[in-house]
Amino acid sequence: MELFTPDFGLIFWMFVGFGILFLILWKFAWPVILKTVDNRADLIDKGVEYAQNAKIHLDNAQKESEKMLNDTRAQQADMLREADRMKTQIIEEARGAAQKEAQKVMDAARVSIEQQQKEAEKQFRDQVSTFALDIAQKVVKKEMANPTAQSQLVNTYLDEIEKNNDGKKNNAAATKG
Amino acid sequence: MKKIINILLAAFLAIAVATPAYADAITDATHKEEKALNPKEIIFEHLGDGYGWEVPFNHHKRIPLPVIVKVKDGGFHCFMSSHLEHGAEYTTDGCTFRIAGKDSPYKGKVVQIVDGKEVKPSIDISITKNVAALLISIIFVSWLLICLARYHKRNPYKAPRKGLGFVELLVEFIWDSVVKSTLKDQAMKFAPYLMTVFFFIFGMNLLGLIVIFPGGANLTGNIAVTLVLAVLTFLVTNIFGTKHYWKEIFWPDVPLWLKFPLPIMPMIEIFGMFTKPAALTVRLFANMMGGHMIVLVLTLLIFIFSAINPVAGGATTVVSVLFCVFMLLIDVLVSFIQAYVFTMLSTIFISLAQEKEHEEDEKEAHKLEEKSYREEKKHATETPAPTLAGN
Repeated sequence: MELFTPDFGLIFWMFVGFGILFLILWKFAWPVILKTVDNRADLIDKGVEYAQNAKIHLDNAQKESEKMLNDTRAQQADMLREADRMKTQIIEEARGAAQKEAQKVMDAARVSIEQQQKEAEKQFRDQVSTFALDIAQKVVKKEMANPTAQSQLVNTYLDEIEKNNDGKKNNAAATKG
Repeated sequence: MKKIINILLAAFLAIAVATPAYADAITDATHKEEKALNPKEIIFEHLGDGYGWEVPFNHHKRIPLPVIVKVKDGGFHCFMSSHLEHGAEYTTDGCTFRIAGKDSPYKGKVVQIVDGKEVKPSIDISITKNVAALLISIIFVSWLLICLARYHKRNPYKAPRKGLGFVELLVEFIWDSVVKSTLKDQAMKFAPYLMTVFFFIFGMNLLGLIVIFPGGANLTGNIAVTLVLAVLTFLVTNIFGTKHYWKEIFWPDVPLWLKFPLPIMPMIEIFGMFTKPAALTVRLFANMMGGHMIVLVLTLLIFIFSAINPVAGGATTVVSVLFCVFMLLIDVLVSFIQAYVFTMLSTIFISLAQEKEHEEDEKEAHKLEEKSYREEKKHATETPAPTLAGN
C-alpha cells in the first residue's frame, strides 16, 4: 500500500513546493500583512483609549462646569449678602451721623436760646432798672410833696416787679429741665 | 406539508436512480460477468497517487501529466503520461517504460522494461496527480495571500470585505490567537513559517474536497506530504532551539540516578523529540484520509447494493448522497480544524524549544522580590505611625 509508504517523488516535490511557497510568502506576503494587521490593531486600541479618555474628560468637564456654576452661585449669594449688609450698615451710619448732627444743631440752638434768654433777662433787668429809675423819677417829680406816699408807691412797684421776675425764672428752669 | 414534499421527493429520487442502475446491472450481468466490483481497489486507487488525473464521467481519458524518471546507469527521461495509458509501453531514447500491473511489486509505478523484466527507475520525480495538486495549491495559496498583501499595501488601515475579508479573518485568527499568544516576542521570527504551514495545509485540504479537476487529490491524506511538514517543524524546532532546550534533553533536572550511569531520562527526551513530529504526521494524514475514505465508501455503497438488488441500490443512493454531503461538510470543518491543530502544535513545539534558562528567571524574580521587600521596608520606616495608631 503506497499510501502508508511515503513516495520519494512526492517528498521531493513537497520540499521544493513548500520551499517555493515559503519564500514567496516570506518575501511578499507575511511582512506586509502582519505589519498592517498589527498596526491596525494598535490604531484601534489607541482609538478606543482615546475615546475613553475623551469620555473621562467630558465627564470631568461637566462636573467641573457644574462645580464652577455652583461656586459662582455661592459667590453671588455671598456678594448679595455682603451688599445687603453694607447697605444696612451705611444706612445705620448715615442715621447715626444725622442724629449726631441733629443733636449738635439742637445743642447749638439750646445754647443760643439760653444765651438769648440770658441776654433778654439782662436787657429786661436793664429795662426794669431804667423803668424803675424812670418811675422813681416820675414818683420823685410827682410825689415830692408827700414823701410817705412816695416811698409806699415805690415799694409796691418794686414788689410787683420782683414777683414777676420770680415767676419767669421758674418758667425758664422748667423748660431747661 | 413541507415534510411530505421532502419524503415524496426522496422516494421519487430513489425510483429514478434505481431504474438506470437496474439497467446497468442487467448489462453488467450479461456482458461483463467476470468484472466483479472490487471496492478496496477502487478506494485505494482514489486515495492514492496516479500518473494522470481522472476527469469526470470518463473512465478512459485522463489529463496527461509529465513523467520524469532517471533510469539506472542513464539520464533523466521526461514524457507525458498519456503514452502509458491502459498499460501501454512507451519507448524513448532506447528505454522502454510502462506502468506496472496489479501483480507486480511496483504496482502502479512507472517501471523500466529491461530484458522483459520490470526494473524500478532509480529516481522517479514525476509530476503525478498529487504533485500537480500540490503545485495548484501553492499557486492558489500564494495568489490568495499576495492579493491580501497588495490590498494591505494599498489600504493600510482598512479591513478588506467579502472574500479577502475571510482570508484576513483566518490570518488574524492564527496570528493573534495562536502564534502571537504562544511565542510572544519571538512571534515575528517564526510567524512566516507557521502562517505558511496553516494556509498551505488548509488550501490543500479544501482543494482535496473538490471532487473534479483542480481538486480531488488526496494530498494531505498522503503520508509523504504530512511527513515533510512534520519534518520541517522538527527542523525549525531543533535548529532554533535554545541552550536550555538542549540541556533539558541531555541533562534534565531530575535525580542523578535517572541520568548518570544509565541515561534513562535523556533517552526518553530524545524519543520525545521524534514522537512529536510523528504524531503531527499521523494526525493530519489519518484525519484527512479518513474523511476521503468515508466519502468514497459511502459512494461505493451505491454500487455494491446496486449489484445485489437495483431497488436497494436506489434507496442506498438517496441515503449515500445525503451522508456524502453531510460528510463533505464535516470535512470542510475538519480541514480547518486539522490545519489549525497542526499549526498550533507546531507553535507549541517551537515555543517549548524557545524557553530561556529557568535559573535566570528565578534570579530575576528573586531580585524583584528583594527590591519590593526593600521598598516596603523603606515605606514602613518612613511612615511607622499608622500601624501603631491603627493598633
